[in-house]
Amino acid sequence: MSGILPYPLLSLALLILWLLLNQSVSAGHIILGSVLAVLASWAMAALRPEKPRIRRPGAALRLAGMVLIDILRSNLAVGRIIVRSRQPGVNAGFLTIPLDLRDRHGLAVLSIIITSTPGTIWVNYDAAKGTLLLHVLDLVDETIWIQTIKHRYERLLMEIFE
Amino acid sequence: MNAAGNLPTWAALLTALLVLVGAAATLIGSLGLLRLGTFYARVHAPTLGTTLGMASILAGSALFFSMLEARPVVHEILIAVFVGLTTPVTLMLLVRAALYRDRIEGSKEVPAADAAEHSIPQD
Repeated sequence: MSGILPYPLLSLALLILWLLLNQSVSAGHIILGSVLAVLASWAMAALRPEKPRIRRPGAALRLAGMVLIDILRSNLAVGRIIVRSRQPGVNAGFLTIPLDLRDRHGLAVLSIIITSTPGTIWVNYDAAKGTLLLHVLDLVDETIWIQTIKHRYERLLMEIFE
Repeated sequence: MNAAGNLPTWAALLTALLVLVGAAATLIGSLGLLRLGTFYARVHAPTLGTTLGMASILAGSALFFSMLEARPVVHEILIAVFVGLTTPVTLMLLVRAALYRDRIEGSKEVPAADAAEHSIPQD
């Protein structure tokens, strides 16, 4: 945006980080945190990263809620596999999914979502073909996983970033 | 024994429950490391500890210290954010290193790299 605040969201996040770290909202900490946040955003600007554009903050909140619920559910599912199954991991396998999402920030968020959800891990993304290689712990039905990733996450991420 | 005696009963019980749930989730994740067969399957197990395990223990900690100090103590959020962002990156690095080595060794267990696939992503 302006010359003083090249990355307003980053500066705001850093200020919140500073206040949380110090457990204080006193004027002194707000001033010190703001100065640090602005200096850090100048340092960031020197790196000239590609600027993400978040088009739909509402969709981002919806995605965050969905991801939290999915992480809780897969925790239970993976826990059940580990404790109950006679031969845990017998259904594990690789899965290739074609993605329509091309935005780098969207892909980065998707990789964090997929990997931090127990039971799925992001292995490789082929930028030339737009395909994603995943490893899934419970690969009984491939179409369910493709549906989940394409319709639950990818559609929302495309709304947010593209 | 210590200041924990000053907690109201409901808060003490809830804290104990949250910490126990977190510890159980982390234990099951560690058990998974032992029980799962292949490297790629094992990588899934520690995520239990770093998601539900971490969240539950941190919620317990935030509740305990908020009640004890009679003010909201929420810097646990920072731990959650940092662990939540850094663990997946570490796991992805491990898996990609394993995949790279398996492909070099010509393992049949992993999907082969296509001729068109580049190890360095191109724009």
